[in-house]
Amino acid sequence: MPLGLSSRHVPSQAHVTFRWLNVGLTVVGVCQEETDRTGTMATPGGNQDADKSAASFKAFLMKNSTESNTNLYDHLTRVLMRVMDERPHNAVDVIEDLSRDVKRGLLQENQDNQSTLRDHQPTTTAGQLLAEQQRLLFSPGQETEEDEVEVETLLPNVAEIGFYLEQAGVGLGREETQRIFLALKQLLHSKPLKHCRLWGKILGVQSNYVVAEVQYREGEEEQLSTEDEEKEGETQDDEEEDEMGEVIDPLPRSTYKPPPVVPKEANGTGANKFVYFVCKEPGLPWIELPSVTPAQISAARQIRRFFTGRLDAPVVSYPPFPGNEANYLRAQIARISAGTQVSPNGFYVFEEEEGDEEDEEPRDSYVVNPDFEGFPASEMAEDPGFTWVHHVQHILKQGRCTWVNVAVKPEQESSEEEEEEKEEPDEPEPKREWGPPLLTSLSQDADMFDTPPWSARMSSTLTSQHAVAVLRSNFWPGAHAYACGKKFENIYIGWGLKFAGDGHTPSVPPPPQQECISGPEVSEALDPTLEEEQAQKAALEEQQASQEESEDMDGEEEEEEDDED
Amino acid sequence: MDSNSLLYSLDMVSTGYVLNVEQRAALQTSLDLLKKNYRFNRVLFWGKILGLEFHYFIAQGRGADELKDKKNLYSFDCMDWHLLPAVTEQMILDVSTAAKGRFTGDASHQYTHFETDVETGVEVSTTVTEETRLAVTIQRIDEEVSVVPRGAFTKTRDGPVQTNRCFGGLSHSEAQALDGFLHFAEPKRARRSLLDPLSEDIPDGSWSLQLERNGNVCVIRSLLWLGLNFFHVPMTPQHGYVYMGDGCRTKDLQLMI
Repeated sequence: MPLGLSSRHVPSQAHVTFRWLNVGLTVVGVCQEETDRTGTMATPGGNQDADKSAASFKAFLMKNSTESNTNLYDHLTRVLMRVMDERPHNAVDVIEDLSRDVKRGLLQENQDNQSTLRDHQPTTTAGQLLAEQQRLLFSPGQETEEDEVEVETLLPNVAEIGFYLEQAGVGLGREETQRIFLALKQLLHSKPLKHCRLWGKILGVQSNYVVAEVQYREGEEEQLSTEDEEKEGETQDDEEEDEMGEVIDPLPRSTYKPPPVVPKEANGTGANKFVYFVCKEPGLPWIELPSVTPAQISAARQIRRFFTGRLDAPVVSYPPFPGNEANYLRAQIARISAGTQVSPNGFYVFEEEEGDEEDEEPRDSYVVNPDFEGFPASEMAEDPGFTWVHHVQHILKQGRCTWVNVAVKPEQESSEEEEEEKEEPDEPEPKREWGPPLLTSLSQDADMFDTPPWSARMSSTLTSQHAVAVLRSNFWPGAHAYACGKKFENIYIGWGLKFAGDGHTPSVPPPPQQECISGPEVSEALDPTLEEEQAQKAALEEQQASQEESEDMDGEEEEEEDDED
Repeated sequence: MDSNSLLYSLDMVSTGYVLNVEQRAALQTSLDLLKKNYRFNRVLFWGKILGLEFHYFIAQGRGADELKDKKNLYSFDCMDWHLLPAVTEQMILDVSTAAKGRFTGDASHQYTHFETDVETGVEVSTTVTEETRLAVTIQRIDEEVSVVPRGAFTKTRDGPVQTNRCFGGLSHSEAQALDGFLHFAEPKRARRSLLDPLSEDIPDGSWSLQLERNGNVCVIRSLLWLGLNFFHVPMTPQHGYVYMGDGCRTKDLQLMI
């Protein structure tokens, strides 16, 4: 008889099942019929009748359904086969799910194996391509011995940092951390760097950024800065051309003067002290982020947006952000570094300077202190205000670390007379901005929205003698630092957003500007009314009439001479 | 995420926070004890709420009905657990009035809010403890952003919601769209299916769906409650969600997307 089973089932088992089914059905059929009729079990004499009723019941079972082209007999067989194969626990409880699954499986086999549960993957997925690129991370490489030694001194101790981060309860998991550090090693091989560090990971909506902080060796800086200057020159030329076109018919000139552009800091100083590289996943190529300008930092302070994960995505916001996502990312990295990169007090010291002690310029460089002793972890956790210091310069309101007076123009410094003429009397001298000096302790950090800026704790209370002190920033959620003995490290893993208290209030557009100054050529006057016009006309006519009369009297002699009329 | 699979589940999703070895070891022991003492069907490690001084570890026990029989417990050291009270409407109201700012880490801390009633002129104060705030926050997070893959739970008519033991996992293509994932809460929109899909959420774009680990794990993160991470390995029944964050809802989501 047709089994309707797929070929994977073993025929002998099917045979066994059929026999059981047959026997079972017969028994069931017999019992049911007899109990229906007499209410008691059947007697042996009624066997032939029982066989007939069993056969007719079986035929009923084998009748194909009009809708699905299968019958109950085959279905029950398949379900029981499945139970026999799988032997699920508490089979009676899951029998409905199994039955539905079997039906679904059969249906999809009939539909050319287009099962949604078991779809075939395309031959090379994005994941497989990435795996091939990540394989390169693990190859030992073919550099010379010198290179290898240099690289290895610069590369931080991977396993140790990963261990401490795990103790602190922060991080990305062991495998991913390992892959990221191998990717950092690749970066070290590809560029001439003197310093390289994992800065952290910034999460985005579509993909994430792994960020590395590096410093180039002296004299090997990239040429990105000159490209920016060329672009600025071009825009200035365009403005001059516009001015030339308006000489013929001068419109009222706008008195709006845009605020002066604060120049960005040179590479290697202030907010641009380090260069940052990002990649989407370890193994993919590292992309260098452009250096940051003060305008970008000021704008980033006023907006609040998630990162999409694409460096060229536009940043749509108010106030408009001057740049795309790469610039916004770089500005946020600068802000986070300035706010949360800390080290144990005494790890870094200033160099011995022979110059003036009243030097106005804030010091921006430090060296590792060879005599640093380290604090016990419990002290670092209990008194973070004293034991930790910032080692990245604070960014002033201007958007730079060192203040620049933008109102002073270099040409005016030559003669005082020119200054008096050109200097705007209305604009006050901009006040110099001061920030906390480098290596300030955390006790100087102010609260915001009633929240203290830092939270410190030990990584473990059960084994406190070996525990790690962990410092967490409350203003930049995701920024952590740990210290254990003489070792410490900072890391940021988060969305790149600052804590905003009860919600961020976007800035309001400025009030509309004053109208242009009314001079004689653009002054407004009321149109004269009808009566005034008529009165004026009448007065004019009278005047003309009186003039003509006086002319007539004078000119009569002249008219006698003229005989043309 | 299920206590049975805690060991490897946490590695699947990179939240930025990890549990160190000591905490994992403690959790393995204490969650089993919880299951026995409270007679839960399943015990999940729900996540961690970061307070200013101390952190709360949260566990959730599920009974016969996965959707309705839920009990939440908190602990400071992953060993001693305290049961959180069931949430009532009054509690939700009090917490939304009085609790402001971050969690402090002290369960008995009181938040007080003073308000002068407009009509009577009498000053009314609402006080709420941090424990209550914790309970309400966990319930809100579960209701608004808990995620399960489609097909992972079954419900018979008028019966309890239970795990589907025949769930084989979503396919790779299904796992790349938000359609395949549902909120694990009472459906808010009248629909034929059991739970609401994530793709119909307002505002649009409040979820981040990514394929991590070479496309082997689908990770969904909520932008509404930053810190909620869900993972699912396609073609396997492995899935789970965990919340590691400071318990604050994103207040200006529309401006940020």
